[in-house]
Order: sequence, then C-alpha cells, then structure tokens
Amino acid sequence: MSKHYSALALARHALDPDMPWPKAWESPEPKSSYDVVIVGGGGHGLATAYYLAKNHGITNVAVIERSYIGSGNVGRNTTLIRSNYMIGGNTAFFEHSLKLWEGLSHELNFNCMVSQRGQIVLAISPVQMDVFARRGNIMRLNGIDAELLDAGEVRKLLPYLDWSKDARWPILGAIMQPRAGTVRHDAVAWGYARAASALGVHIIENCEVTGFLINDGLVSGVETSRGRINAGKVGIAVAGHTSHVAKMAGLRLPVESHILQAFVTEPVKPIVDHVVSWGAELFYLSQSDKGGLVFGGHIDGFNTYTQRGQFNRIQTVAECAVSLMPFISRLRLLRHWGGIQDMTPDGSPFICKTDVRNLYLNGGWCYQGFKATPASGWTFSHTIAHDREHDLVRDFSLDRFGKGRELDEFGLGNWTYKQ
Amino acid sequence: MMIPCPHCGDRDVSEFRYGGDATKQRPKHGTGDLRTWHDHVFVFENPKGPHTEYWQHVLGCRRWFKLARNTATNEIGGVVS
Repeated sequence: MSKHYSALALARHALDPDMPWPKAWESPEPKSSYDVVIVGGGGHGLATAYYLAKNHGITNVAVIERSYIGSGNVGRNTTLIRSNYMIGGNTAFFEHSLKLWEGLSHELNFNCMVSQRGQIVLAISPVQMDVFARRGNIMRLNGIDAELLDAGEVRKLLPYLDWSKDARWPILGAIMQPRAGTVRHDAVAWGYARAASALGVHIIENCEVTGFLINDGLVSGVETSRGRINAGKVGIAVAGHTSHVAKMAGLRLPVESHILQAFVTEPVKPIVDHVVSWGAELFYLSQSDKGGLVFGGHIDGFNTYTQRGQFNRIQTVAECAVSLMPFISRLRLLRHWGGIQDMTPDGSPFICKTDVRNLYLNGGWCYQGFKATPASGWTFSHTIAHDREHDLVRDFSLDRFGKGRELDEFGLGNWTYKQ
Repeated sequence: MMIPCPHCGDRDVSEFRYGGDATKQRPKHGTGDLRTWHDHVFVFENPKGPHTEYWQHVLGCRRWFKLARNTATNEIGGVVS
C-alpha cells in the first residue's frame, strides 16, 4: 500500500494488481469533543481544516458534512480560476488564491489538473476597452498579469469566433489574464480531504448539524444527527445554505440563496484553448479534457434552494453561446445542473467573526466560491486560530454594509430583480 | 415554473419579474435608527420553505401581486391577497 502518490507507487500498483490503494481519507467515528469543528465538508471547509493543521498546528479538528465529500458546490461549479479583480479588498485575496492554486498539486500530493490556459474577456464596445484598460492597469500595479489585446491579436488566438461583418456583437479587443485557467474540481475536494486526513483531521460524512450549543453568547459545540459534539471553536462554511445554518445560531445575514446553472455540451475535438468570457452578457466558456464545452451565465433571479434551474435561463445561455460562436449551434447540451449559492448585496463574500464568540463565518461567495477555495481556507483558518481576521480578508466583514464599505466589484449582487 | 397571474392565469416564469420578500415592512418615515434601515435594506430572511414574495407580470398585463412559493421545492401556493 502506497500512501504517497508518485510515479513509482503507480508502477508498483500496476505490477501487483492485487495490492489495493489505501482509502484516500479515513472515516472515523466522531469524538465527543474537538478543538475546532468546521460545519460543511465542501472545498472551503476542507481547505480550512487542512490549513488549520498545516499552518497553525491545530489537528484536533472535525469537518462535519451533511452528505458525502464532493456532493455540493465544489463539484457543481464551472472550474474556473482567475484573479482579475481591481477593488482593494479583492485584489490581493484572489491573487493569493491563484498563487496557491499554482502549487496546489504538489502541496497536496494530488493531481488537481491545474491548467493555466488563460482567460480572455472580450470587449464589444470602445467603452468596454477603456474599462478593461483601467482594470488591467490596476491589476499590473498589484503585480497581477494582465494584457490588453486589440481585435487582430484576439483573432489570432480565437479565430473561431464570429468575425464576419454581420456579427451581432463585433469584437473590438479583449483583456487577457494568461495565468487564469481551470482546475479539476473533484480533485480539489478529494485532495484537501486526503491531505487533511493525513494530518489527523476527522472527516465525518453523512452527519447533519442540527443546532449550535450557545451559552451567554459563547458557542461550545454543535448538535448533529449523530449526537452532540463539543468544540472550542466552530466555523461555518456552507455557502448556499449559510442563512439556513446561521439561523440556528441566531444570526440574520445579508444573504439570499440563488440558483446558478451550468452546462456541458456533447464532446467535440479540441477547439477552445482558453477560458473565453463575453462582454455582451455574463457568459463564459471553456472546453473540458473530455471535449465537452462547459459554460455558464447569470443566476435565475429569484431566491430558491432547489437545485433545478428554469428553462428560460437555459435558453438565454444557449443564445449567448451561439451568438458568440455560431459554429456550435448544432451541438447538443449533454448535461446541465444547478448549484445553490449565497448571493450578497455587493457580490462579495464574508470571512469573519460573528456576534457569537468563537463562532466564525465563511460564506456569501456569490459567483466566485470555487476560485477562492485555497485562499478562503488559508485566511479562514487564520481567523479561527488567532480569533482575529486575516489581513487579506479585513474587508470581507459582516458590518461593511452598515459602514458604507461595500465591495461592489462587478455589480453582481442579489439585486437582479431590482435593476 | 408556471406562475398564476391573477389577471392572465398560468404563464411561464420568463414573462415575470421577481420583486423580493413581500413580508418586509418598510420602517416608518422619519425613523432615524440606522440599524433598522440597514436591516431593512440588506438583511434577508431567506427561508428554506414557505415564502411570500412579489412578482410582476412584466411581459404581460404588468400587474404586481403577492405569491406564496416554497423555496425548497418551488411549489406554488397561489396568489396571496
């Protein structure tokens, strides 16, 4: 049995087919007490547990997951990573995340298939080119890679777009982040789970948190479907269901749950080499290693917890796809699915302390949860370990709306129905 | 999802615009308490279950109405008067 994954281990197992690979992570019975309990075994919860053990030496940790590892949003996103942000509170955080992505496969000894294929955001108006130039300048001043491309340069990279004179949305140029790309999302959940487990973290699946033990404003544990678990500190990382879980602790939050749909077409030969985003609508696309074109768009636009999207959104996204790339009009959609995400009024997340002592909140990820996974775990574990917000997440606070410090990066809050 | 417009009957959701929680009470005019206004504007009940909400038949008769819907299932409970 090889605990460490390597070419040598692969060869050894190939030569001896009877030798089983060890389970990637242990499935222990929950203990009655832990130093830290993380509610939610998604990417963020698992990354938090891993960095608590790795960076802060806190290994008496349990991650409590209602279903199985990989069942939630970590496996429901469109796998993009990027750091093309320009508002102060976001820039450094997402760049830190991208840097962690770049070394993640080695860090976790698990191939996360990090593919820095570059993201190209297309401009369809001169104003958009100006906005992209500003964004690119701010990114470069922060040490983040960004390149402004004119139409000729874009055409060389993406010859398959509609460059005809009749194009509904003529393309004037683009901004590109060469280090952006995609990651195999299941591997992120499995890799963090395996690495955290190896450091002594208990990963407890099929165990639902049903309440919090709170006395005099101090949390001391959680009630679960498998009994009471005491904890010195508790972190909530259940984005999509943050309101629902936080309500058990008496918290009311600036969060609405919305559904975001994603789509995969039938597989075709390699054609789309980058992540391509469109300036005319919120629409983006990449090609998976299996050949399917993966794309997504806006939220459906009303709060819901059903993971089942509405047909009119499928239609809109398909129209975007065909308008941008007419040649895919005859491709069929193979699968589409929905994930429930926390939408906040400014489209930015929370990583912070709460009004309940020793209870910490990680949520409100809107469209950007997956790409934030490593930095979210990194900073949330710091916040829990030191009982003080990490410098990178100072602006991700719950009270920012009351103070007029919204982080309105893309104007993508839960307000679609109020615009 | 089909939505029962009180004027036009069952129509596809794509004809409607969502208007948010219909049970929120706007604080009284002149309320100076910023906390109250903050909660009114920024905090959402966001229940997983029954929800009473505003919809407008924006691509039809343009009428606003209140609808009961279950956010856990999208089951429509009907128009609320």
